[in-house]
Amino acid sequence: MATRRTIESNEPNDRSGGSLRSRGTEMATAAAQKAAETEPGGAGSTAARAAEQQAAFDEAVAADERIEPRDWMPDAYRTSLIRQIAQHAHSEIIGMQPEANWITRAPSLRRKAILMAKAQDEAGHGLYLYSAAETLGVSRDELLDKLHSGRQKYSSIFNYPTLTWADVGAIGWLVDGAAITNQVPLCRCSYGPYARAMIRVCKEESFHQRQGYESLLALSRGTQAQHEMAQDAVNRWWWPSLMMFGPPDEESSHSEQSMTWKIKRHSNDELRQRFVDICVPQAESLGLTLPDPDLKWNEARGHHDFGPIDWTEFWDVLKGNGPCNDQRITQRRRAHEEGAWVREAAAAYATKQAGAPRADTAATAHGEATA
Amino acid sequence: MTTTSTPPDSRTEAALALGDDALVLSHRLGEWAGHAPVLEEEVALANIALDLLGQARVLLSSVGDEDELAYLREERAFRNLQLVEQPNGDFAHTIARQLYFSTYQTLLYGQLAAADGELAPLAAKAVKEVAYHQDHAEQWTLRLGDGTAESHARIQRGLDALWRFTGEMFQPVVGLDIDRTALRESWTASVTAVIERATLTVPSGPQSGAWTAGAGRQGLHTEPFGRMLAEMQHLHRSHPGASW
Amino acid sequence: MSSSTEWPLWEIFVRSRRGLSHTHAGSLHAPDAEMALRNARDLYTRRSEGVSLWVVPAAAITASSPDEKDSFFEPAGDKPYRHPTFYDIPEGVKHL
Repeated sequence: MATRRTIESNEPNDRSGGSLRSRGTEMATAAAQKAAETEPGGAGSTAARAAEQQAAFDEAVAADERIEPRDWMPDAYRTSLIRQIAQHAHSEIIGMQPEANWITRAPSLRRKAILMAKAQDEAGHGLYLYSAAETLGVSRDELLDKLHSGRQKYSSIFNYPTLTWADVGAIGWLVDGAAITNQVPLCRCSYGPYARAMIRVCKEESFHQRQGYESLLALSRGTQAQHEMAQDAVNRWWWPSLMMFGPPDEESSHSEQSMTWKIKRHSNDELRQRFVDICVPQAESLGLTLPDPDLKWNEARGHHDFGPIDWTEFWDVLKGNGPCNDQRITQRRRAHEEGAWVREAAAAYATKQAGAPRADTAATAHGEATA
Repeated sequence: MTTTSTPPDSRTEAALALGDDALVLSHRLGEWAGHAPVLEEEVALANIALDLLGQARVLLSSVGDEDELAYLREERAFRNLQLVEQPNGDFAHTIARQLYFSTYQTLLYGQLAAADGELAPLAAKAVKEVAYHQDHAEQWTLRLGDGTAESHARIQRGLDALWRFTGEMFQPVVGLDIDRTALRESWTASVTAVIERATLTVPSGPQSGAWTAGAGRQGLHTEPFGRMLAEMQHLHRSHPGASW
Repeated sequence: MSSSTEWPLWEIFVRSRRGLSHTHAGSLHAPDAEMALRNARDLYTRRSEGVSLWVVPAAAITASSPDEKDSFFEPAGDKPYRHPTFYDIPEGVKHL
């Protein structure tokens, strides 16, 4: 699935960020540190230097310039970006699972090809995003480690099961639709590599949503059983899709800072409203209903009103009590562990061929070094 | 609905043999989605699976309705090699299967593309795709064979286990006008070269089973294939006549 | 399995069509250059985005530092005479 957006606000703060941050700092701002050290005069001028860097950063963000990997950036900005981009990348690769669940059962060869290509794109999007995170001085292995050990999250939407074929269509339409609503503004995110990754992702993404819609449409206009399958899927995916935008603005802990940094451009509630307004006419064209009796057009607001979201379920699923939390992370961890000997073999072969140790080069690689 | 009862003509036989090979292997590779040893390999395996599925669709469509052929035939009507229906096993097992099959497919399509038969246009396009699959399999055979002791042992096990399914590739197929002797010689030379470069041993056992009734090309498959088809076909069959 | 066997990072440059230069597309991990090329092909050209690829170990790239930005790039800013628009040419003069 394309990019699933990260729900910034619901992840506990990354307590292991220390080593990460120091590594990032060491690499990306090596020059800045060197400058600070060589400056005569000690603490006073170091503080002055820090203030200058902060000012340059603030100015760049305010002017809508992009921050690039080797620029000085506040530690908190770096940490926040790593958390968000990692969560986004994790969502892509975990998001492969509910759909891959149907690759082997796809009901036509055309649908099978589409679904394979889509799941492949998700792996690809995961790769783009991990690369973007790596420019901040964290390795993919570290991030995967945090995913596997539960220290970093992925979008909670993937903790729901795909019970019928129609779920594949519903994911494409609603989940990818929600993701796109979130992602398009991220193409203008203040951090260059993330924004660039998102541009690539968004370009590839529109296929995901359209295929989902088309697939649901075929079901809705198909036999009675197919129509019911489609309606059932929409009934189950609608509310979790609305939850993808994260908690209401007043409860969203990271939102405000992210907006100031222009990592994020719109509030959770704003994006959620936009999504609802987009979906209502689309559902009508599909000939399917959305499972919300309170859903109606509000002339005064110029938006659709909608019923209350069950945030208890949201928080419960987030905490690990969703229908598929264990299953998803167990499969991911197993794939990684069972692949260890393959990765080791290729590394060993490369070392033999090069006739030299190569682990060190890996450690210093930084990503988008030229950016 | 196609059944075993109508004896297919030679054009159909050839298209089904090649189409079913591609369809079934594509399905097996599709099973890797979400399970690959590293993300980059998710993308690589999916690319190969998609190429194969594309070939299967062209081939099956050339002799009937692709979905009827894929979803409504019984196991005994499938003409694919037993090699391609073998379960994935570990990554080494999959790579061994890829090495054997993609080498065969490259040589086969190479011959077909050079001839002027009905399959020439398809073969000309497919040969470029399968050459890449062969390269992928060779690269990984080298890395696993000459990687660590564990990877060496695993890929050798894969090569050994699948060896008994390789002889079927050189059996005659109705409607496939190819030089089977040359195919076998080139295949053996190519596979041997890679295996040896990878510091592995070319398996020495028989290349086909003792059962004289035949194998995949005759519609005789191995037990895992029935379960694979059950999974692949159940949804389509549950909604007779539905469009998707 | 730990970061000790993590494959190195490669920067990928794609020539989108003949006549254009290679452009940075992104990065990926691969155990060696040959696999990096193949992974790049699969990842960055699966929608026909390229006709040629370069893969470069990320560690092999030397980049200018943002701290040198002023001394590196600012001095070029006050030399407008390097640009054709600097020069006034009477109207009617052709091929200039």
